[in-house]
Amino acid sequence: MSYLAYAVAAWLFLAGGLGIARSRHLVQTVVALSVAQSGTYVLLLAVGFQRGASAPIFGAGTPLKASGVVDPVVQAMTLTDIVVSATVTALLAALAIQVAKLHGTADPDELRSLRG
Amino acid sequence: MMWIIALALVFVAVGGTVTALTTDPERQAVTLSLYGLLLTLLFFVLSAPDVALAQLAAGTVVVPLIVMLAVRKIRHVREGAEDAARAERERDEAARAEREVGEREVPR
Amino acid sequence: MSRVVRMIVFAVGGLGVAVLLGAAIARMPHFGSGHHPYRTLAVAAALARRAPNAVSSVNFDQRGFDTLGEEMILVGSVLGAVALLRPAHHESERRVPRGGRVLPATQFAGYALLPVTLALGLDVVAHGHLTPGGGFQGGVILATGLHMAYVAGDYAALRRLRPVHWYSYGEALGAGAFVLLGFAGLAAAGAYMANVLPLGTFRALLSAGTVPLFNIATGCAVACGIVVLLAAFLRQELLIGEDER
Repeated sequence: MSYLAYAVAAWLFLAGGLGIARSRHLVQTVVALSVAQSGTYVLLLAVGFQRGASAPIFGAGTPLKASGVVDPVVQAMTLTDIVVSATVTALLAALAIQVAKLHGTADPDELRSLRG
Repeated sequence: MMWIIALALVFVAVGGTVTALTTDPERQAVTLSLYGLLLTLLFFVLSAPDVALAQLAAGTVVVPLIVMLAVRKIRHVREGAEDAARAERERDEAARAEREVGEREVPR
Repeated sequence: MSRVVRMIVFAVGGLGVAVLLGAAIARMPHFGSGHHPYRTLAVAAALARRAPNAVSSVNFDQRGFDTLGEEMILVGSVLGAVALLRPAHHESERRVPRGGRVLPATQFAGYALLPVTLALGLDVVAHGHLTPGGGFQGGVILATGLHMAYVAGDYAALRRLRPVHWYSYGEALGAGAFVLLGFAGLAAAGAYMANVLPLGTFRALLSAGTVPLFNIATGCAVACGIVVLLAAFLRQELLIGEDER
C-alpha cells in the first residue's frame, strides 16, 4: 500500500511522457503534459496524508489538534498549481493553433522548419 | 478505509494511461474530463477537499473545453490549407494544359 | 528526429527515470505515517491567526509570496494566450453564427443553474477562510457558471452577457489589489503581506485578518482571467476565418 501511492505517481509521470513522445498532434502533446503534471499532484498529496486523519479545516466538529489533520502545506501547493497550470495549458494550446496556422499542419513529424 | 484509497489510486492510474494514449485528439478532451473526475474522487478520499474542488472546477471543465476548441480550430485551419493547396494544384494543371495546346498550335 | 529514434530515446530516458524514482520511493516514509513536521507548525500558526481553513491560511497568510508569484503566472499566461489568438492581418471576423437547436431541458437546466452557480461561486470565495474553498476555486466556478449561458443558449447570448473589456479590467483590478494589499502590510507592520487587520473571533465571517480580502482579490482576478481566456478561444473558433483570396 505504501508503495502503491508513490508508484502511481511515478507511473502517471511516465505515462504522460510516453504520450508526449508518441503524439501525432500538438494538442495531444499538451494533454499528455497535463497528465504528467497530475502525477506530481498525487505525489504531493500522498506525502501529506495520514491514516485516519481528517481534512485540515477546523469546522464545528474537528478538535483543534494538529495531529488529527493531514498536512495543509502540500494541499496549498497543489491547489494553486492546478488552477495556474490550467491557464498555462491554454497558452500552449494557443501556441499549437498558431503553429497550425503558419504551417498548415499540427503533426509534429511534419513540422520541418527547424531543420537546417 | 485504505482499500478505498487503493481502489481510487488504481482507477487514476488506468484513467491517466488511457488519457495519455488516446489517439484521436477530440476524443482525448472527453477522456481528460473523465480523468479529472477520477482525480477529484482520489483527492476527496485523501482528505483534501480544497484540492478536489480546484481539480473539479479547473481540470474537469475548463481544460477539456479549451482542448476541444483548439482541436476544432486546428481542424478548420488544416482543411482550409488543404483546400487552398488543391485549388492551387488545379490552377497549375489548367495553366499547363493551356500552354501545351498553345505549343501544339504554333508550328502550323 | 524520426519517430523510431524518438521512441528509442524515450525508452532509454524513461528507464533511467523509472530506476531513479524506484530508488527514491524505496526510501520514502510510509504512506499514511504520522510524521509531518510542517503540519504541526502550519496548523499552529493558522490557529494562532484564527483561520479555520488551514490551507487558505497557508496560501494567503503564511506562504503568501508564493501565491503572489502564481497569480502573476496566471495573469501572464492569459495575456500570452490572448495575444497569440488575436486575428492576423489576413483574417477577419465572420458574422455571429445563429445557434443550433438546443433541447428545452438543456435550456431550462442552463438558465436555472446559471444564477445558482454564480451564487455558489461567490459563497466559496467569501467563505474561503472558513470552509473548503477560496479565491482560486471560487474564481473558476464563477467563470464556468457564466458560460452556462453558452450551454443553454447560443454564442450571441453569451456575448451579450460578457463584454470582454470589462472582464480584462476586472482581472487587472484583482491582481493589482493583491499586490497593493501586500504593500498595505508593508506600510502598517514593516513586512510585505503582513496580516495587519484585526483577527476577530474564530469562525466568524470577518476574521483571520487580511485572508478574506486576499481571497476576494484572487477570486476576482482568476474569474475574470478565465472568462477572457475562454472568450479568446471561442472567438477564434467561431468567428475568425481566412479572408477569401
